[in-house]
Formats: sequence, C-alpha cells, structure tokens
Amino acid sequence: MAELTKKVVTTPSSPIPQAEKPKRDSKDIGSKTKHSIVSRRTTGDNIFDALNTVFMVIFTIVIMYPLLNMIAVSFNDGLDALKGGITLFPRVFTTKNYHTVLSQQNMLTAAKISVLRTVIGTVTSTIVTALLAYVLSRKEFLFKKQLSLLYVVTMYVSGGLIPIFLVYKALGMTNSFMVYILPGMVPAFSMLVLRTYMNGLPDSLAESAMMDGAGHVTIFIKIIFPLCMPVVATVALFTAVGQWNSWFDAMLYNRMDSDLSTLQYELMKTLSSVTNQHTNADTMKNASASITPTTVRAAATVVTALPIVILYPFLQRYFVAGLTIGGVKE
Amino acid sequence: MFKDPDFAKKLRNQKSLLLLSIPFVLYVLVFNYAPLFGWIMAFQKYKPRDGFIHSQFIGIENFKLLFRGNEFLYCVRNTLAMGVINLVLGTICPIVFAILLSEFRFNIGKKFVQTISYLPHFLSMIILTGIVFDVLSMENGMLNNFLIGIGVIDKPIQWLAESKYFWWIVGFANRWKETGWDSIIYLAAITSINPDLYEAASIDGAGRLSRIWHITLPGLKPTILILLIMNVGNVLNVGFELQYLLGNDLVKSVAETIDIYVLNYGISKSNYSLGVAAGIFKSVVSIILVFIANTSAKAMGEESLY
Repeated sequence: MAELTKKVVTTPSSPIPQAEKPKRDSKDIGSKTKHSIVSRRTTGDNIFDALNTVFMVIFTIVIMYPLLNMIAVSFNDGLDALKGGITLFPRVFTTKNYHTVLSQQNMLTAAKISVLRTVIGTVTSTIVTALLAYVLSRKEFLFKKQLSLLYVVTMYVSGGLIPIFLVYKALGMTNSFMVYILPGMVPAFSMLVLRTYMNGLPDSLAESAMMDGAGHVTIFIKIIFPLCMPVVATVALFTAVGQWNSWFDAMLYNRMDSDLSTLQYELMKTLSSVTNQHTNADTMKNASASITPTTVRAAATVVTALPIVILYPFLQRYFVAGLTIGGVKE
Repeated sequence: MFKDPDFAKKLRNQKSLLLLSIPFVLYVLVFNYAPLFGWIMAFQKYKPRDGFIHSQFIGIENFKLLFRGNEFLYCVRNTLAMGVINLVLGTICPIVFAILLSEFRFNIGKKFVQTISYLPHFLSMIILTGIVFDVLSMENGMLNNFLIGIGVIDKPIQWLAESKYFWWIVGFANRWKETGWDSIIYLAAITSINPDLYEAASIDGAGRLSRIWHITLPGLKPTILILLIMNVGNVLNVGFELQYLLGNDLVKSVAETIDIYVLNYGISKSNYSLGVAAGIFKSVVSIILVFIANTSAKAMGEESLY
C-alpha cells in the first residue's frame, strides 16, 4: 500500500527530465542561441532562415488576425458590419455595441457571478488546498500516505457525469452558487505541487514555532503559507483561469436560475443562435428576432476575454514556471 | 503500524493534525468517491423512484443495448476519429513549432512569437467556438474570403454544414488554441540538448536540416515518447465542448462523441443506466489504451509511465 502511494505520487514529476533542473529561468526556454559558434553561413542556411521567418510571420497572423478582427468588429457599426470586409480596423467607429452589452441586465448579473465565482472560488480553493498540502507535508503525521493516496486516486478515477450530477443534486447544489465553489475545491494536482514545495522548506521553521507553543493552524497561516507565495500564485492563477472560463457547470446545474448564469454561459447562448443561423433557415426565421448582431456578440466576446488579456503577463510568467515545477503537461 | 506500542500516544500527540484532516477526508469521500457507487446503475434498470436498492439488476443488458443500435457505434467512431486526429496533429504541430522556434535567429521576434503563441490557450472554449464561427462563416468568413481571393474556390463553402470537414475543423481549432502551449515542454527539452553536439556536427559539414534530423529529433525522443503515452491514454478524452458547441443537426452523425451521448441519454433523456454504461465503456477502453501504449514503450526499451 505504502509503496503504491509513493509510486503514484512521484509519477507526475519524474517522467520528464527537464523538470529536474529547476534553476533554469523558465522565461529563457528556447531563447538560447546555440549555434553562435558557427559563423560560416551557407546558402542553405539563408534559405532556411528566410523560410522560417515566413513561417513565423504566417503563424503570428493566423493566431492574431481572428482576435484583432473580433476587436475591430466590436467597435464597428452593426448595420455597416453586415456588408463585411472589416479587417484590422473598424470602418464606422462606434462604442454602441459595448453600451448594448453593458446595459443588458443578464450580462451584468452574469458578470457579477463570474467575478464572484472567480474570486471566492480561487481564494477558498487555494487556501484549503494549501492547508491540505501542509497537513500532508508534516513528516510526523501518521496517515499522510493514506490521505495522499485518497486524493491522488481522484486524478485518475472519476464517477462520470451522471453519478456526479446525481450526487450534487442530492446535496442540493442545483440552482445554487455553491456548485461553482465546492466541486473541484481541492484539486489533487495543485495539492501535489504545493506539498512538494512545502516538503522543500526547512523543518526547523515549524519546529521552533512549535517550541514557542504555536499550533498547526498558526504555523500554517503565519509561517508556511507566506513562504509558499511563488507556488501559491501559480496554483491560484490556474484555478482563476479555470473558474473564469468554465461554462458547463452553469448550464448543467443552474440552467433554471438566470440569476446564477455566468458570462461564458451567456456568451454561449448568443453562439447557439449563430449555429442555427448557419444551418437551419427555418429556425433562423423563427429566431431572427432573438439573434444577437455580430457586432454585439464581438463586443461581448471582448468583454469576456478582457480579464484574461489583462492577466496575461502574469499568466505567462507563472504558468510556464508552473509547468516546470509540476513537470507535466497540464 | 497498529502494532506499535506507542501508537496510541503518537495519535494523541497529533490530535490537531487529525482534526484538520477530518474535513478533507469527508470532502473527498462525498465529492469524489460517493459518485463511484453510481456505477451500479449501469447494471440495473435504474429508476430514481426505486433507488439503488430496489432497482432491478439486469446484468450487462445495458451494455448490450448500447451496441444494438447504430447511434452509440457512431459516437465511438467519432470519438476515436477525432481522438486520433488530435493525437497526430497534437504531436506533430508542437514539435515542428518548437524546432522552428528554436532555430529562429531573430531573438526579439522569437520572444514575440512565443508570447503570441500561448495566448489562445487561456481563452475559453466558448470564445474559441465564436472565433471558429467567424473564420468559417458563409457571409464574409475569413477562410472563404481568403480561398476565393487566391482563386482556390469560386463560391463560399458552408464548412460547418458538411460532415466531411467536421473532424478536421475540430482538430485544427484545437491546434490553433494549443500548439504554442504544447510546444513549451519540447522547447525546454531542446534547450537541454548539449550545444557541443551541434558544433561538432557543423564542423563535420552537417547542414541545418541534417542537424535537426540527427541531433534535435533524437534529443527529443524521450520527451516525445512520454507525452505520446500520456496522450494515447487520453485519446478518448477529446472532450465534448467543441463538438457540442460547433455541432448542429446537419453534422450530427459525425459530431457526437461518447461524452455527448452520455449527456444526451443521461441528462436530457434521464436514461441514467444507459448513460452510465456508456461512461464506463469509455473509462475501461481508456485504461486498456494506456496499458497498451505503456507496454509497447517498454518493449521498445524506452522510459515508461509506470
């Protein structure tokens, strides 16, 4: 039993050799010039570099063009946009689409819920997961292996959609805000990352505090948690992005309660009207009154993506660091 | 452990740790383990009114029922097809991108492209779907405009209404979102290859392509294999979000995956037993796939997951 725990627990960090070199600055990945000594440049080299540059330019355009186009459309007049041909800049500039989005009551409620679930969900999940990691990183704790195993197994085994749905329903979590917070509050992967970090802290810190009469909760709050900030930031950002981007729980559990809808779910509803527009002329006729204009949809998309874009510099820094800490692809 | 004479004493000494861990035990039992009992439903003619105890047991009848009609077989086929497309593109694209990026000489440009390439990873599936709609739209869709512009087609194609394109649309949409992100691990592996090897090779007259072929790729081999094993185990987890959001009645026969089947039967039609049976089928096949991949990696003398 004990052996199994160890094996399972060590798996995530062991397979990829790069993870064992934590000193490398993660931002430098791939940026070393390794052919610096080679000074002779052949025609082949030049052709390769030219083609490679062309590839990188095309790659950048393929990623960025749809996003920039979306922003341009969101600032364009709705009727004018129907003519098409908008590329990187709006043709008839207006901020009306944003006014429309931000004056819709359902969007405002959804935005409030999205912010609340992201903030509350991230804060509780991070603190609670770190507390579990603290308990499991105490070397004297008798059941640390058993409890770790209990959580690690959840990374591989899941009851599946329907049993989970029925259990949550029985717990009264349909049509409730708690369904955004409680499930997934203690992700085993984050726990492992935090525990690994805590195991690396010197034992003497907790021991000397213990001598002074501090309890575990005090030691966790005052000493260990503050020392884990770099890895806590990574885990918190993982959770925050997941919370902000999730839509399925809103649809599955809170479909009936529009006060609990989230931004992503509201955006999804505007999308499904587009699907019908694409394919089914009859549905389109019937639903035409409710179809959201492309420009308003673009504005809603930009609003939904905005927090991610604002957080992006931090995300890039901590996520890449998180990848090297965890040593596994997400 | 329980024979330890000091056990009771130790237990008393760590009362506060024990107290702290009780909520965590209860939490994981309720939220993660309690649903596992729901698997019983797959072997029952489950009626919510009767519960687990009084519902009639019917053995593997539900599994037989799954394979009797065509619908579930189509779902399995679609899941496998999109899973394999994702596996192949998801292995090749990030490797090619990582190699080309590491060979890119213009350093500021390299940082810039790298930064751009991660961005889509953080956008939600809903936003990705919106972008796919915009790119493939009949009216002024970017792809149609582009293809007409360069003269490949005369009139716009209804990409999302024709079944033959659907799997590839899902595959490429996933690549647009994840190629940059997935390449991180390969870029890290490339940086850890000994630079002397490249130097020695170029002294021996090896060009760029042959250095990539004979040094970079062999250096990446262990990483590629490990990720491949992990991804083979995930081949059925093609998800359902994109398929669910992009799918419509016209492409239903190619868009439905096992997960969507579970959702349709289990939640919309409230046929819990059939839905759970489909879910169990998927889990079992996944486990077998991981096992096969891992065994073959071992047989080839490579690192394996366990």
